[in-house]
Amino acid sequence: MNILTRLTIAATLAVTALGASDASATDITFYYPIAVGGPITKVVDDYVAEFSKTHPDITVKPVYTGSYQDSIVKAMTAAKAGNAPDVAVLLSTDMFTLIDDELIEPYDAIAKSESDQAWIKSFYPAFMENSQADGHTWGIPFQRSTIVQYWNKDAFKAAGLDPEKPPANWDEMVAFGKKLTKRDASGAVTQWGLEIPSSGFPYWLFQALTTQNGAILANQDGTKVAYNDPKVVEALQFFADLSQKHEVMPKGVIDWGTTPKDFFEGKTAMMWTTTGNLTNVRSNAKFAFGVAALPSKVRGGSPTGGGNIYIFKSGDKARQAAALEFARFLSTPERAADWGIATGYVATRPDAWQTDAMKKYVSGFASAAVARDQLKEAVAELSTHDNQRVTKALNDALQAVLTGVKPAKPALDEAQAEATRILARYQP
Amino acid sequence: MPERRRPQLNVHVQGWLLALPAVVLLAAFTHVPAVATVIDSFFSTPHGRRPAAFVGLDQYRTMMADPIFRLALKNNLLYALITVPVSIGLALAMALWVKGSIQGRTALRLAFFTPTILPMVAAANIWLFFYTPDYGLLNQVLRALGFSSVNWLGSPATALPALMALTIWKEAGFFMVFFLAALQQVSPVLYEAARMENASGWLVFRRITWPLVMPTTLFVAINALINAFRVVDQVIAMTGGGPNNATTLLLYYVFQVAFNFWDSAYAAALSTVLLLVLAIVAFLQFFLLDRKIHYR
Repeated sequence: MNILTRLTIAATLAVTALGASDASATDITFYYPIAVGGPITKVVDDYVAEFSKTHPDITVKPVYTGSYQDSIVKAMTAAKAGNAPDVAVLLSTDMFTLIDDELIEPYDAIAKSESDQAWIKSFYPAFMENSQADGHTWGIPFQRSTIVQYWNKDAFKAAGLDPEKPPANWDEMVAFGKKLTKRDASGAVTQWGLEIPSSGFPYWLFQALTTQNGAILANQDGTKVAYNDPKVVEALQFFADLSQKHEVMPKGVIDWGTTPKDFFEGKTAMMWTTTGNLTNVRSNAKFAFGVAALPSKVRGGSPTGGGNIYIFKSGDKARQAAALEFARFLSTPERAADWGIATGYVATRPDAWQTDAMKKYVSGFASAAVARDQLKEAVAELSTHDNQRVTKALNDALQAVLTGVKPAKPALDEAQAEATRILARYQP
Repeated sequence: MPERRRPQLNVHVQGWLLALPAVVLLAAFTHVPAVATVIDSFFSTPHGRRPAAFVGLDQYRTMMADPIFRLALKNNLLYALITVPVSIGLALAMALWVKGSIQGRTALRLAFFTPTILPMVAAANIWLFFYTPDYGLLNQVLRALGFSSVNWLGSPATALPALMALTIWKEAGFFMVFFLAALQQVSPVLYEAARMENASGWLVFRRITWPLVMPTTLFVAINALINAFRVVDQVIAMTGGGPNNATTLLLYYVFQVAFNFWDSAYAAALSTVLLLVLAIVAFLQFFLLDRKIHYR
């Protein structure tokens, strides 16, 4: 009994000690994921250190939360346990999920001063498309990307193509692909013309094709999708034809993770992947390579991708103001430029590209500006209410068609029916 | 009388106090969550200001109409039906092989056991490179033999078998250890008698070895079967359930519904079904096989 009593007292003391905190400064927690290579945690820690120097009254606790998927899981479960982060970088497409669970505060509700309003308007409109819904701004672009094409100039030369001229449209892409696909004596392919990855999140790369074919997959409020639009069916048919009819791309599902390696190994002469892979390709390709905007059909274009800064509801005005201050700090032109150079993401605002650091970087490495120039044709990444379920319906259809299990039209009709069923309860 | 009852009470209190840590841990991490899961499955998923509402069997009705659930169940049954017997058979064969006095026996045993030591995610990543199209190990071998490259994880027909192969490779070595122990328990007298009767090798196996390792076989089978329904690591690491749900297994689907779709109530209903399947499997095995097992 004596021991038990002592234990109880010790436990009570420990709980009290842990529960107590210093109330003099505003403490905020910042969750961030890492989705690209490099010493990213150090960059973030440096930003936080710099912030605390200029804002001694605010203490930011940065928490590295793993991949995007891990981060949303951690943020949501923490929020449900009443312990939400104050600021977090999460996928721009998670917006509706966060809105529906009433976890985030719109920026227009807390950023009311004139300079705040100007700040919200200072980002590329293409990025803001995934930040706004129902007349509110819910996220501020932080680490954003688009899809670009990479090509192996040596392989182009060997195939008798102009190494400085990437395919500008779908027909050229197929024609170049045929020239670039090499087979050995037995007919087995030793080098493919093109790889467009289709594992994990095929909808993102497919969305580039639908955009180029003139289709928009979802409305701005995330309540409707157009999966079986004839233009979308046509785009999917083309995606499947690349491997099944034109035979310029490997059959079946192409893995997202190994596509860059296939490119380095010379197994594919062209690939589509995120601009975030730029630094990776630059350091690993042992041949001359080029980066260009994606080819066009009726128009050019790519969906945007990547993460936004969200401010969570805490019911505490001081903490929300501190969170806003930190979000503004992270998105100044200088920091946007610095972050873009360190990671390969597209600097999120036009004035970031006017900074000296960025000008110097682009003048030494012109490929860095390709994704930015593509922004004028970029569209919002597919994002709806109940997002992951609605996009999964499309992902399943895409993989079924790419693996030859179903034809394009019925597969997309099914996906549309499934998405409509899921979205039924979000209709106004 | 009162003097005699007090110590009696103390014995009970003491007993419970001694069991308390285990009871608390078991209750907090196993029983309470299990019961809560079953209860949650009769409610809707709370969102924001909309609290959970009682919906009765709605989640289960959704499940019956859910083609992905049915596919996951089918995949999982297929997975169990193939990986369990094959890994048991392989484990027994390996155990019989390394039991005898052959050269390099220890090295062989170690080699068979090595896959077990690796964490599943590490093993999955190694196999990911075996399966890579064009330059993966498996495809390089195929090519050297004059076949064309196969996209193992990227085609619906080969993706699930590819995952099964990894599981069998990983589990057989582990089960071998149990069989090895069981084989050493079999009395050599029986084998001597068999030799005197001039019994064939197959007859010896069928009449002596197989019946006598039956308790181990049952134990291993239950474990393998439960493992088959608990598979999630390699699915996440290798295929993400694709292509087109060809490798979606029950637990992975539960994970997806809970942490990608944030539909915790439906995930609870799926978990309840998974729990039920496992319970049925365990009971069937105990009751049906128990009678045929030779215990000494």
